[in-house]
Amino acid sequence: MTNTRLYALPSPSLRFVAVWRRHFLVWRKLAIPSILGNLADPLIMLFGLGYGLGAVLGDVGGGSYFAFLAAGFMASTTMYAATFESLFSAYSRMHVQRTWEAIVNAPMTLEDVLAGEWAWAASKALAAGVCMLAIISAAGFASFPHALLAIPVVVLIGLAFAALGLSVNALASGYDFFSYYMTLFLTPMMMLSGVFFPVERLPAPILALAQAMPLYHGVELVRPLLGGTIPGNALLHLAVLAAYALAGFYLATVLTRRRLLQ
Amino acid sequence: MNSLEVRGLRKRYGAQEVVCGVDLDVAPGECFGLLGPNGAGKTTTLRLCLGLADPDAGEIRLLGNEVPARAREARARVGVVPQFDNLDPDFSVAENLTVYGRYFGLKDRDIAPRIPQLLEFAGLAGRAGSKIQTLSGGMKRRLTLARALVNDPQLLFMDEPTTGLDPQARHLIWERLRRLTQEGRTLILTTHFMEEAERLCGRVAIMDHGRIIAQGTPRELIARHIESQVVEVHGPGVEAWIADAKMLSLRTELAGETVFCYADNVEPVIANLPSYPDLVYLHRPANLEDLFLKLTGRDLRD
Repeated sequence: MTNTRLYALPSPSLRFVAVWRRHFLVWRKLAIPSILGNLADPLIMLFGLGYGLGAVLGDVGGGSYFAFLAAGFMASTTMYAATFESLFSAYSRMHVQRTWEAIVNAPMTLEDVLAGEWAWAASKALAAGVCMLAIISAAGFASFPHALLAIPVVVLIGLAFAALGLSVNALASGYDFFSYYMTLFLTPMMMLSGVFFPVERLPAPILALAQAMPLYHGVELVRPLLGGTIPGNALLHLAVLAAYALAGFYLATVLTRRRLLQ
Repeated sequence: MNSLEVRGLRKRYGAQEVVCGVDLDVAPGECFGLLGPNGAGKTTTLRLCLGLADPDAGEIRLLGNEVPARAREARARVGVVPQFDNLDPDFSVAENLTVYGRYFGLKDRDIAPRIPQLLEFAGLAGRAGSKIQTLSGGMKRRLTLARALVNDPQLLFMDEPTTGLDPQARHLIWERLRRLTQEGRTLILTTHFMEEAERLCGRVAIMDHGRIIAQGTPRELIARHIESQVVEVHGPGVEAWIADAKMLSLRTELAGETVFCYADNVEPVIANLPSYPDLVYLHRPANLEDLFLKLTGRDLRD
């Protein structure tokens, strides 16, 4: 394909909704195990660390450690939900089941397929985020109505990490490839983004690195909202997440075109 | 206007040109076969015609639409049966059709009444609720064919539609494809089963190393390129017999332990054979496979 076509901005059509609906229909058949599988791990960590470590630590960041950790986990759980969908599930649809191939034989473009994957992964992030919010508020650590504003934030986190995930997917040679991305990128980022401990204690260069990553901004938005206040620098945090989402989707489009349309 | 017109089509992957100047014309209602050994460029040609890859040079018009520029519009009236099964394993038979119809912008209420007809056509009546995993290879293939018909296409591309099927399943597919041609649809299929091409296709093109090396009706091609009769001879001592064979027939080929004698009159060959009682022979009319092997050679293509 010519470079102009390879690097053209993505222009998906509304047909992408048909792709989203396909994924939704599959998910509906497996919804309960899927939700439990996605939430069991963060919940065990949250209650274990939140209560266990919280008892030792006392207050962190001006409130209980459980509340601190709950906000961090709400952001990181949505990150992982979008990531799993855009890596493992998307790869199986792209490569193993050849679902994408079937779709583009219809009057659908690769961009419709990618937009459908992107929207779907963000929907999974939304579902995970809403479940987390429900559990956090049941535990008494969400202050409404501000906490409801965390829901659109979670969608934005989902779009950012789904776009990154789809870019990685376009480069993948197999499922093993994804463990590099998860262990070398996501796990260190989670450590540095204020999920487990306040970032103010980090050395300046490391803090700057954390601030260049999307999760940090998600956490900075979700935590005050759950605590009942409007986050400082909210527009900046939103802009960084949106930039990751849009630039990531562009990157995913170019890389996927290069992989599949040659 | 032709259903498909291809002029000077070229496609290069890295240093290798896999489609090197292909011209094709397929008339409406025709069943056209694109034949060639593995790696000849058949599948790439189909992908280019569907607008799924960009050609390096050449022009494609599919149902009056420039491809790739208007490939989406063209594909709206086209059905595709891909070489590899890509049915949705998480869905039932009927859900596969419904979900696929949505990719064409069809409403569920418009697809629903078509599903029984499509399943009837595919010999899957009563299997609407079946899981894909419970279907045999032949049933999956027929469901893929039904799925390709969900938008009532004018033209169907089929990439090796019967590869891997048993004879019963293959014959059923052939019968259905004939029915589709009778309905006036245009069929373009790739295959390396010459028997399939001879039975189904009004016209075939033989492709090798990215080029079309012969094109016409199967009979025309056989008449033009090859002698009408074949005697296949094998058995102990066949090497010693080759000298006789060369004198008695127009053309001989040795493939492994078998000698192929081609001639319009093979009586002299058959008359000579009783003096070699160890040899076993088979006399048959020449077919597309003989032509294919003559034009593309007997070397293995992997």
